Amino acid sequence: MEPFKYLKSKPVPLDIVNVDTDQIIPKQFLKLLGKTGYGKYLFYNWRYNKDGNVDSNFVINLPEFAGREILLTREYFGIGSSREHAVWALKDFGFKVILGASFADIFYNNCFKNGVLAIMLDKDKIDDIFSSKTDRDIEVDLPNQTVKIDSDTHKFEIDSTLKHHLLEGIDEISTTLKYENQIRNYELNNFQ
Amino acid sequence: MVKTVYDKIWDNHLVYPGNDKDPSLIYIDRHFIHEVTSPQAFDGLRINNRKVRKPNLTFATVDHNVPTTNRSLPLVDEISSLQIKSLQKNCQDFGITLFDINDQNQGIVHVIGPELGLTLPGTTIVCGDSHTSTHGAFGALAFGIGTSEVEHVLATQCLWMKKAKNFEIILNSNSKKDLAVSAKDVILSIIKNIGTSGGSGSVIEYRGSFISNLSMEKRMTICNMSIEAGARAGLVSPDDVTFEYLREKKYTPKNESFERLLDNWTDLKPDASAKYDKSFTLNVDGLVPQVTWGTNPAMTIDVTSTIPNPDEYAKGDEEEKKSAIRALKYMDLTPGLPITDIPVDRVFIGSCTNARLEDLIEASIIVKDKKISPNVKAMVVPGSQQVKLSAEKLGLDKIFMDAGFEWRESGCSMCLGMNPDILLPGERCASTSNRNFEGRQGTGGRTHLVSPVMAAAAAIAGKFVDVREWI
Ligand code: SF4
Repeated sequence: MEPFKYLKSKPVPLDIVNVDTDQIIPKQFLKLLGKTGYGKYLFYNWRYNKDGNVDSNFVINLPEFAGREILLTREYFGIGSSREHAVWALKDFGFKVILGASFADIFYNNCFKNGVLAIMLDKDKIDDIFSSKTDRDIEVDLPNQTVKIDSDTHKFEIDSTLKHHLLEGIDEISTTLKYENQIRNYELNNFQ
Repeated sequence: MVKTVYDKIWDNHLVYPGNDKDPSLIYIDRHFIHEVTSPQAFDGLRINNRKVRKPNLTFATVDHNVPTTNRSLPLVDEISSLQIKSLQKNCQDFGITLFDINDQNQGIVHVIGPELGLTLPGTTIVCGDSHTSTHGAFGALAFGIGTSEVEHVLATQCLWMKKAKNFEIILNSNSKKDLAVSAKDVILSIIKNIGTSGGSGSVIEYRGSFISNLSMEKRMTICNMSIEAGARAGLVSPDDVTFEYLREKKYTPKNESFERLLDNWTDLKPDASAKYDKSFTLNVDGLVPQVTWGTNPAMTIDVTSTIPNPDEYAKGDEEEKKSAIRALKYMDLTPGLPITDIPVDRVFIGSCTNARLEDLIEASIIVKDKKISPNVKAMVVPGSQQVKLSAEKLGLDKIFMDAGFEWRESGCSMCLGMNPDILLPGERCASTSNRNFEGRQGTGGRTHLVSPVMAAAAAIAGKFVDVREWI
């Protein structure tokens, strides 16, 4: 996994609450066997019209937002199905940070396993970015756990283990395998 | 320390304790896998030259992709067939038991776990599928995980987790069983009340007289949709109903082993003064059948009501109002329309929420000696091959087919439409599944979630009806 430390980008504002993973990546694209190649299907039913043409009004398609690496969302992003394909699609499309007011649990975990940083800020701060700052640079500083926009610096919370894994680009399984003794003891005590 | 059921299971599975900031390492007793969310996990193992730590604790089946039509024919969809073949190979290479497409125990993973006795009280259960919460009905801590976590469990039999909050939902009832109003209506009503994020960050424990009197199958329906209330898991303290259900199941330990387990299981009750971080109480008596009108499961209303207007629904929340307007447009509904004036094109009785034997029996009572509306296409997809077989022994297949329903092989089917069972754009469906998201059952399809008896009645009438009038 690639380490993540800092990122500076303007956001793509996706002004919808309760975005579920069926919208992020519809089920017809869950049939691939790998982890890449999902970017072109991201938000498929919103990005393309029924006739298959690009919907030029949908925010992800607007040319001025091309290349932005932060997705700005609202509340309860990633609800519904546990499909990790949702994160693979966001990452493959080019998003490295998802900034929102809240996330569904499984989706939030899935982000970190793939080197994507999900950041929660208070709802009023998110409202403020949506209403007046979608064209400002957002500076994400993971070591200091801050998001800086103009002169405003917002602190965000993150679990120390998740932070460590992201900063170092560590694969979680290799960390866990260091607990072999504890795991074996547990098994000895619980299975005859 | 006084403990809830969740606290007890958590403490029993601590391999390495964390704290407020750091997660704990938790042991996983049972791991279910299926064809869609596991291929990349096995790839990861191979790339890193890792083994499956405990192949005997993992069980696999094919359910999401499989066709529900005649299985003796080759699979038409090449990619589905590739996913199924890759699961077969992965199970073979790593020594995992697979209930394959033609196995008599094949079925939706959350239906077969319990019916095979692989789901036991007091255990930790995971699966790369959010509706793993279903297994909580047995007093297990059961939750969905992503594919990276599937790989992690295969490699280590553990997961890093932070402890969730304890949320009790008390369901009271004084009246006796009611065919018209069921577990599905109760869980939809809970979600309507607490919202799709009401259970966020929590493990729900369902308690109260209504739950104690409920069968295992109905408890599963309720726990199944805990995820739709935003909770990671939902559970019910195990009792005699649980123990009797499990006693003779295929994989349940037998004889003395079973009696020994019983001793442990009877302890899985909340301590007398156990504290919950959150509490919600619902009096189930007087509840009427529920129907969803929008594009998330909290957009639910009584069958006796009319489509709400966005203001009424949003109660002052601007974002919710926008989402209601969006939902009404997608669903092609206008405020003020009575629910019972909404016609349906399709009816789906199936899914891990409502495709167990009791669900099919109840739906068949409504359907018996009637014909479905000529405007409706309806299908029954039993949750597992065992459910299908038991239903056929009772003659239910005949009742449904005589009425004009299709009777299919088991699988997820139109719950998510990864196989050929999908809604066409604009089609409106009364569905016993659990998600009414945009496009869930097919691009442009419109889903209304209901109970099995409500779905059955809608198929006959060609529109939603208050099924209480039929019973
Ligand atoms: S029936 Fe539906 S909800 Fe249940 S496991 Fe299958 S796809 Fe998921």
